[in-house]
Amino acid sequence: MKLEDLLMRESEWLKGIGPRSNIVISSRARIARNISGFPFFNWAKKADKEKLLKLAEEALLKSKFMKDTIFLKMKDTSEIDKQFLVERHLISPEHTADAAYKALIFDEKEIVSIMINEEDHLRIQVLQSGFNIMEAWRVADEIDSDLGTKLAFAFSPKWGYLTACPTNTGTALRASVMLHLPALVMTNQIGNVFSAISKLGLTMRGFYGEGTEAIGNFFQVSNQVSLGRSELDIVNQITSIVNKIIMREESTRGILLAKNKEEVTDKIWRSYGTLKSARIITSDETIKLLSAIRLGIDLGIVKNITRPLINELFILTQPAHLQKLEGKVLTATQRDYKRADIVRKKIGGK
Amino acid sequence: MQCDVCKKQDATVHLTEIVDDKVKKLHLCENCAREKSEEMEAHFGLADLLSGLADLAPTSVKETEETEKISVKCPKCGFTFRDFRKIGRLGCPACYDTFKENLSPLLKKIHGSERHVGKIPSKEEVKRDTKTILANLKERLIEAIKLEEFEEAARLRDQIGEVERGK
Repeated sequence: MKLEDLLMRESEWLKGIGPRSNIVISSRARIARNISGFPFFNWAKKADKEKLLKLAEEALLKSKFMKDTIFLKMKDTSEIDKQFLVERHLISPEHTADAAYKALIFDEKEIVSIMINEEDHLRIQVLQSGFNIMEAWRVADEIDSDLGTKLAFAFSPKWGYLTACPTNTGTALRASVMLHLPALVMTNQIGNVFSAISKLGLTMRGFYGEGTEAIGNFFQVSNQVSLGRSELDIVNQITSIVNKIIMREESTRGILLAKNKEEVTDKIWRSYGTLKSARIITSDETIKLLSAIRLGIDLGIVKNITRPLINELFILTQPAHLQKLEGKVLTATQRDYKRADIVRKKIGGK
Repeated sequence: MQCDVCKKQDATVHLTEIVDDKVKKLHLCENCAREKSEEMEAHFGLADLLSGLADLAPTSVKETEETEKISVKCPKCGFTFRDFRKIGRLGCPACYDTFKENLSPLLKKIHGSERHVGKIPSKEEVKRDTKTILANLKERLIEAIKLEEFEEAARLRDQIGEVERGK
């Protein structure tokens, strides 16, 4: 399979299915593992990096979980393709730099992806659609246990799995849930959610943009603490907090609809109108307007567009995706044309 | 809008940090933002934590002593604690043991705990069970002696002996 084939397909996590998919976009479990006896990647010499890559590649390709997978060496991957993988959440932005001994293996549904030689020797990521963090952890756990029979992971009885950065030590698990919270933003409650979450050993950050000024009302909640709590504890805590946020968002949506129906409806249809007509549009504006339409779908106001289409547009309108669709390098201005074009046609404009 | 740091370029990156419930805003140009993010290591104020660690050491400690401590090299990979302060990452898994004195308070500060309670690699299971049991028993023994509960201490001592002999 070629990377181009991915363009025409939806990643599993974009399907807009799964529990609470009106508010939760996706759930992700990521665990870090290092192989005992080797320096961490950033401190390793070339020979060690090369050995690590080989060891990890052999072990991964032998794993029963790695059938129907794609293996990519980052040094053989073009800049646009690397960016494309970042936009599809298959690699981290850090994985694009210093590419010589880095690699990626991922399955065709794009649920499981494993980075070799990122900051840690292995970063195992499982990405599920909707509110499915327990399932994401369960799959990651299985893969990890299987790999643990093939590779000796660096582990200390006291401090757990040892990672390059002490912030990940212990379970080395980062569980995150991506949420769409337009009503909490509109009613200025999001600041309260931020500060409540930071007191609970969790963090929340804007998914597009930074801090509280998140563009498009997308937020990622994840655990910050990885030592002193078991994986199940971490997953259960995230689940219970996210449930509370969902309830708050839902009730606020209800209130908005009851008290400010005209304003909310106006905002949604104007967003729809702009996307249906625009000839030039930036990425930020697209994200903002798509967020409003997504809310319209959730509230039953917009009926002729589906959630998966909106999810798809979030990805297709990103720079590397646009350029792969066009088959050539585009300047920022050319991308703004192309972006407007794609969105307009996909949502039924002329 | 101008960059808050160099005051020359246009600010294109807008950061909001929440420190002790106070919102701090920072507007940066791309270059300064790149520097800042290296500083922050893209994580959540790791730099703060590290400088916080420096605060943990009594200020009266002679600088030479401090320098000696952070110049100790990890026997496995040659990494020093000074390197860690610079880059916020460790050199190899063995560094955790080499720098355990420095890392212990840091881990406690980051995680609020310094004992792993989660998953263990299957190969480690047997070994770790004994180790954890022993560590716990020994901690309780010290506690008992401190509280002058000598009967309890004697009982714990016998138990430790049994575990160590592999019973």
